[in-house]
Amino acid sequence: MAAITQRIEITFETLLESVDLAESVVMRVAEASGFDDEDVHKIGMAVREGVINAFNYGNQQDRSKKIRMTVELEPERMIVYVLDEGKGFELTEVPDPLAEENLLRTSGRGLFLMRAFMDEFTVQRGPGGGAELVLIKKLPNAVSDNGRREKK
Amino acid sequence: MALQGTFREVGEIAVVDFSGKITLGEGSSMLRRTIRELVDKGHRKILINLFDVDYIDSSGIGELVSGYTTVRSAGGELKLLNLTRRVHDILQITRLFTVFDVQSDEDSALRSFR
Repeated sequence: MAAITQRIEITFETLLESVDLAESVVMRVAEASGFDDEDVHKIGMAVREGVINAFNYGNQQDRSKKIRMTVELEPERMIVYVLDEGKGFELTEVPDPLAEENLLRTSGRGLFLMRAFMDEFTVQRGPGGGAELVLIKKLPNAVSDNGRREKK
Repeated sequence: MALQGTFREVGEIAVVDFSGKITLGEGSSMLRRTIRELVDKGHRKILINLFDVDYIDSSGIGELVSGYTTVRSAGGELKLLNLTRRVHDILQITRLFTVFDVQSDEDSALRSFR
């Protein structure tokens, strides 16, 4: 039988409460997918940062805008998309929070944390021009790139 | 759990024992208010005890950094005590261990203030 991709789509209001809600939802999905506690925490944190990014920077806290989260469960990967209704941005334009001159900045670490906690992270332009964050985590017991089954 | 802080003084050092999460919203706001109020009241030696804080997001980190620079600008010192593993790991990967003085023992922390 062909492998099935499960898909969950949720639209959040641009509200502070949506950050906790999105994190809770994705953590439940991650738990159900077999991730251990540590990975569930990391996935939750990464998505939290993604929704914070959409709330603060993408949608500028504009309550008329939405944040769309999609969770896809492929046989080997969990992919979370977070789409805002902002103007989009280029990752290369974001200052490096680890650079000496940026260490005392009070913001700018969210994207770095997303990349740190997930296996893959990219930003693409959404259909309406907003930023779509793509966060990917390999499922436990996924087959690695060299063909071996990984044990997490 | 929402962030809660308990203030105590040890000599001239202000110690705040925090419990809960330092995240976007009430948690990070409370951290900001707490440090600001301590500075406004003249405290220049501040020890933030994070023994019961198991979660911090980028907003919380931002407020810690902001608090650090606020205290330093006022001529004071702000130090961190008893990081949980998760908070420790986040400060490490964000290189903030090179910024903050992080202590694991209260007596040593108190003695380390100038």
